[in-house]
Amino acid sequence: MIPAPFDYVAPSSVEEALAALQQHGDDAKILAGGQSLLPVLRMRLNAPELIIDLGRIDSLRGVRDDGDAIVIGAMTPHSVVGADPLVAEHALLVAKAVAHLADAQVRHRGTFGGALAHADPAGDLGGPARALDAQFVIAGPAGTRTVPADDFFVDLFETAISEDEILTEVRIPKHTGWGAHHEKMVRVAHQWPICAVAATARVEGGTIADIAIGLANMGSTPLRARGVEEALRGQPATEDAVRAACGRAAEGANPPSDLNGSAEYRNHVVTVMCRRAVLGAVQGAGA
Amino acid sequence: MTAVEAQPMDTKEIGRDRRRKEDARLITGRTRWTDNLQLNGMLHLAMVRSPFAHARITTIDTRAAEEATGVVAVLTGEDLADTQGACINAWAITTDQVTPAHPPMPVDRVAFAGETVAVVVARSAAEARDAAELVEIDYDELPAALDLKEAAAASAENGGALAHPDLGTNKSAFWRFDSAEAGTGGDVDEAIAQAREDGVVLEREYRQQRLIPAFMEPRSVVVDPTGEQITVWSATQIPHILRFALAATTGVPESKIRVIAPDVGGGFGGKLQQTPEEMIAFAVARRLGKPVKYTETRSESLLSAHHGRDQWQKLTLAATKDGHVTGLKVELLADLGAYVALVGGGVPVLGAFMFNAIYKFPAYQFNCQTVLTNKTWTDAYRGAGRPEATYAVERLMDELAAELGKDPLEVREMNWIKHEEFPFTTVAGLEYDSGNYEAATARAKELFGYDDLRAEQKRRRDSGDPVQLGIGVSTFTEMCGLAPSRVLGQLNYGAGGWEAASVRMLPTGKVEVITGASAHGQGHETAFSQIVADRLGVPFEDVEILHGDTQVVPRGMDTYGSRSLVVGGEALVRAADKVIEKAKPIAAHLLEASIDDLEFKNGRFGVRGTDQGLAIGEIATASFAAHNLPDGVEPGIDADATYDPVNFNFPHGTHLCAMEVDTETGETRMRKYTCVDDIGVIINPLIVSGQVHGGLVQGIAQALWEEAVYDDSGTLVSGTFTDYLLPTAADTISFDIDHTSSPSTTNSLGTKGVGEAGTIASTPAVVNAVVDAVRHLGVDDIQMPCTPERVWKAINTAGSGGETVDAAVPHLSTEEGQA
Repeated sequence: MIPAPFDYVAPSSVEEALAALQQHGDDAKILAGGQSLLPVLRMRLNAPELIIDLGRIDSLRGVRDDGDAIVIGAMTPHSVVGADPLVAEHALLVAKAVAHLADAQVRHRGTFGGALAHADPAGDLGGPARALDAQFVIAGPAGTRTVPADDFFVDLFETAISEDEILTEVRIPKHTGWGAHHEKMVRVAHQWPICAVAATARVEGGTIADIAIGLANMGSTPLRARGVEEALRGQPATEDAVRAACGRAAEGANPPSDLNGSAEYRNHVVTVMCRRAVLGAVQGAGA
Repeated sequence: MTAVEAQPMDTKEIGRDRRRKEDARLITGRTRWTDNLQLNGMLHLAMVRSPFAHARITTIDTRAAEEATGVVAVLTGEDLADTQGACINAWAITTDQVTPAHPPMPVDRVAFAGETVAVVVARSAAEARDAAELVEIDYDELPAALDLKEAAAASAENGGALAHPDLGTNKSAFWRFDSAEAGTGGDVDEAIAQAREDGVVLEREYRQQRLIPAFMEPRSVVVDPTGEQITVWSATQIPHILRFALAATTGVPESKIRVIAPDVGGGFGGKLQQTPEEMIAFAVARRLGKPVKYTETRSESLLSAHHGRDQWQKLTLAATKDGHVTGLKVELLADLGAYVALVGGGVPVLGAFMFNAIYKFPAYQFNCQTVLTNKTWTDAYRGAGRPEATYAVERLMDELAAELGKDPLEVREMNWIKHEEFPFTTVAGLEYDSGNYEAATARAKELFGYDDLRAEQKRRRDSGDPVQLGIGVSTFTEMCGLAPSRVLGQLNYGAGGWEAASVRMLPTGKVEVITGASAHGQGHETAFSQIVADRLGVPFEDVEILHGDTQVVPRGMDTYGSRSLVVGGEALVRAADKVIEKAKPIAAHLLEASIDDLEFKNGRFGVRGTDQGLAIGEIATASFAAHNLPDGVEPGIDADATYDPVNFNFPHGTHLCAMEVDTETGETRMRKYTCVDDIGVIINPLIVSGQVHGGLVQGIAQALWEEAVYDDSGTLVSGTFTDYLLPTAADTISFDIDHTSSPSTTNSLGTKGVGEAGTIASTPAVVNAVVDAVRHLGVDDIQMPCTPERVWKAINTAGSGGETVDAAVPHLSTEEGQA
């Protein structure tokens, strides 16, 4: 498992990293936590000429409070995100998903921004990011811009990040007091999920005041289960209501067929998992 | 431990939980793994492998690779045709077996995807890998024989794809055992006909999916041709067999070859092979006159190291209406892959004697057709033939119980050999020396809480709980301790099954022990030290175990088939006893006593009735000095022994598994797993626990997770650990394990093999439990691995869940963003 030869730089600022990216164009690749890029290099599925390692840019690491949102630096390791009290208080769904993410080694090395920028539709963070309406802050030669989660994921492994840009942080609107539940189906713990459902809900007086549901591995990007959300908003938080609404979980989905399950199976199982996720979320919200 | 019979001797070390003395170096990696070796001027190899399952090689253009930085040579099958030797099949199971020639590097045609077509030799491993991408090969694709059943039916006449067109067939050998013909039992067809009249006939077809051994250390080989002998270091289970095969197929005299298996990181049968890569490295080193190293990547390992299992099993079981089995007929198709590997078709034949398991079947017939396909070759994988047999019969016994509305343990007890009936000659012609199925089962039921779990199962069924509970049983036995040489000869196996040992008494009183067994993670150094320490009465720490080097260990049959302890351990005992016998006259002479007045106890020769005596170490020193030996006695008390087992060895056990099945999703979750294995006398309970726990996980993995899948073009889809699902500790529960003991009567320690037991037993226990959980929903089989989708489909439609979709979803994009 020896990668093809490449050059390596480890800039200490976003500006330097952008300059290196500008200079080398699509011959360069950005290294964040390396949990996907290193296997790709070692298996020679790709052979970039330059690796730009963001690991020494301290400003990209950490979680902070920014008024109506919390901000997670793109290079913050999953283990830090998962243990952060701000995340637990204002974006519980993220904490729940991170707890299910791969294994301890991956959570230690892998980064929040790296995983989202990799944009594997089976990834653990895409569903929560979509459900929580995360905002992606992207730096480029012309300055920074912010892209909403609905526009960030473009296709399989493809995001709104251009070749000369870098994802610097992810802003998550505060969902304080929302219940959350992450339902993930794997056959073995370290594999990509067959399907995952990330649900978060706000309950007022036994009624689902608001709800958001993200799906993993049900299409070429992380999806929102909008049909289920619409059917449940303003409804009583009862099992019957949830069961009926979750029958719509696969609406608009186009899941893959692979060794772990056919598309037909995923379209079925997502309805069961959606029900369990929503019930977990509304219970967590005090219903 | 529930002692059924007393242990045969008083011991200090045997039975003690010694932590493994080899672990510190193995776990830290500060040891001689083959890939850690660095030799002066060493060159590195990279293999160029075929992407096609079956193709003619039209041109190979090596020019660009030859000009790349650091490259010394690029060699093809044509370049090495005269020197590379051949990969041999040591066991032609029939005299008319069709065995394709297997050159390590083919000259004009590849027969599976992953076969080596060219080798790049460079000054560094990185340069070799870089240049390998520059070798340009043109292929003409040929039709590939992929599906086992289709391949079995294909012929030159019907135009079906042939793995080797020149052979005119994919059928390699047909092997049959019939109890009526052998005189060991009745006529199975008569039994079946009778049962159709007035009994029960079960007809089932089970799939043994293809598995990948997936040992921890990838295979690695270093060949140093400098000096008088060619030295080969290899991550192999079989240094002695490899040395023989190298000599026999290359013409290099065996005396000019030294093979060393240094520390080896696991094998599970996957390193019981003479590999093309070893042969290619040997040929390249000889040709260039330089030391070379080749270490495979994990991807190469999954693709080209031999696979295991891969059978279709057609089974017909006849029984009376009260549950007495009257006959079993087995018809197997076994996939050999592209070549007949070292043991090859012998693997299913090793299962032939085990389909009757612990039962007194009156009639039995076994038929096996081995088949060539354009896939990776198959060979031994932990259990080798016995897991397949055990799966079939233990699934059938649960099916019979369900058919008759009886408890599966009750049906088994009606049919099993009672403990007072041992020794017992089975319908397959083997003599089981000892066993006590009643004791193991009683203990397992108690530990498991069998009755309580059955009650909970009923409650869940009655209440329509979406999560159902199932209980699976597996009362396995197996034949291990391979093997009596005479029996191997009768089966046309190419070698014997003995093992050799030497005990060297050093002048300082320390002991060097040489064993022909070749450890690759089992803990031989610890367990063998315990045996010798007890036998000679020396401290455990004073015993050093040497193994795995043909120059240090001149004779050995290596490690596989749970043989090291029961065959190799017995050789050790015999060598140690010879040392004591040789020391005795010297002790008598020095003590000025009659030999008849000496007794050897706790490492000391004492003169009866006195406090006079000498330790064995003191005799070793005296015999080294040789200043005062009896007349006619040679200096030295070292001794050798070679032991040829008189019989196979038959561990057994009762395994009980409780599985929860989520009927809404098909997901399965292990609730409880209890096993009580009878492996006779236990040398080191800690090592045994490790073997049992690890073995269980490997068998459970076949039931639930692992499957090597090829697509329609013969590409291995499950070619990385993203898609080939190896479990980790996160996926398993803590098992309840215990032992009963009916010591083996065919070796002096009373031991039975344990290396494969857990793997052999656990697979049917798990599948039986999953099926049992949903049987009331109309399910009587679920194909392995029992994926959530298969379980869900079995519940919601008829059938066993269907085939796995042969596609992998990419998770490693070739166009990375920020990752």
